[in-house]
Amino acid sequence: MKARVTVTLKSGILDPQGKAIEGALKSLGVDGVASVRQGKVFDIELAGSDKAKAEAALKDAADKLLANTVIENYRVEVLG
Amino acid sequence: MKSAVVVFPGINRERDMARALKLISGHEPAMIWHAETSLPKDTDLVVVPGGFSYGDYLRCGAIAARAPVMASVRAFAGQGGLVLGVCNGFQILCEGGLLPGVLMRNARLKFICHDVHLRVERSDTPFTRGYNAGQVIRVPIAHGEGNYEADEETLKRLEGEGRVLYRYCSPEGEVSDVSNINGAAHSIAGIVNDRGNVLGMMPHPENHVEDIMGCTDGRGLFAGLVAHLERAA
Repeated sequence: MKARVTVTLKSGILDPQGKAIEGALKSLGVDGVASVRQGKVFDIELAGSDKAKAEAALKDAADKLLANTVIENYRVEVLG
Repeated sequence: MKSAVVVFPGINRERDMARALKLISGHEPAMIWHAETSLPKDTDLVVVPGGFSYGDYLRCGAIAARAPVMASVRAFAGQGGLVLGVCNGFQILCEGGLLPGVLMRNARLKFICHDVHLRVERSDTPFTRGYNAGQVIRVPIAHGEGNYEADEETLKRLEGEGRVLYRYCSPEGEVSDVSNINGAAHSIAGIVNDRGNVLGMMPHPENHVEDIMGCTDGRGLFAGLVAHLERAA
């Protein structure tokens, strides 16, 4: 099973990297960029085919390591 | 003072730290590899040194904070043992939940490597008793992610309980946005946990302990720890 965990900064957390990317996009002349927040994507392959079990394992992984929940939110998707 | 320095792959300041500890305490510290599951008996101080553990992969300190040896460090701190985390060590202690908050990318995005001034906020702790309250010391920093952040409630608690021990300041001891080198909340350079036995700080006191380094302002931190332990013994 393929799965994806997306980790993003919580709103209100200053994101200097996102700001730098935003500035670069604007200087490249990319139209209509209002703001940029950067984050991380983890593509994970799981053994087994139990979707509920997979979601629980991914949530565990995100809580224990992939995200720092002080500053980050995460979203878990089992892609099948 | 018998100390133990925890060593992770990618750490590069452990020998500076060991040298400073030996110089000031007179005892050679034990170097503890990350895969160990115990600390030497009679350890008085555990130091998590600076560097780039695991290449700063994922988040600074994130992987080191989950290494086997950290369970022993957590247990040691839980029994009231003294723990000092410097630079990457501070990041590791935050990631491991031994200290609140997080170290974010420096506000101006640059890796900063030069001397800074710190104001010692109080002198009645094991980590600051070698200084006077309000004293300004000069020590180096070398980090890209030292911008301390925590939620409002945590910051209020840190301030209210006097747990900010070191703050970035001007040479005269003034705290302002100009002296706040990395954009840290409340100009925080070093904090302790609620019990007061775990200190995390971004600057490197171990690099200002000998005349040949051009400054010995960092000695007070280690000398204070030695004095604290002698008094406790």
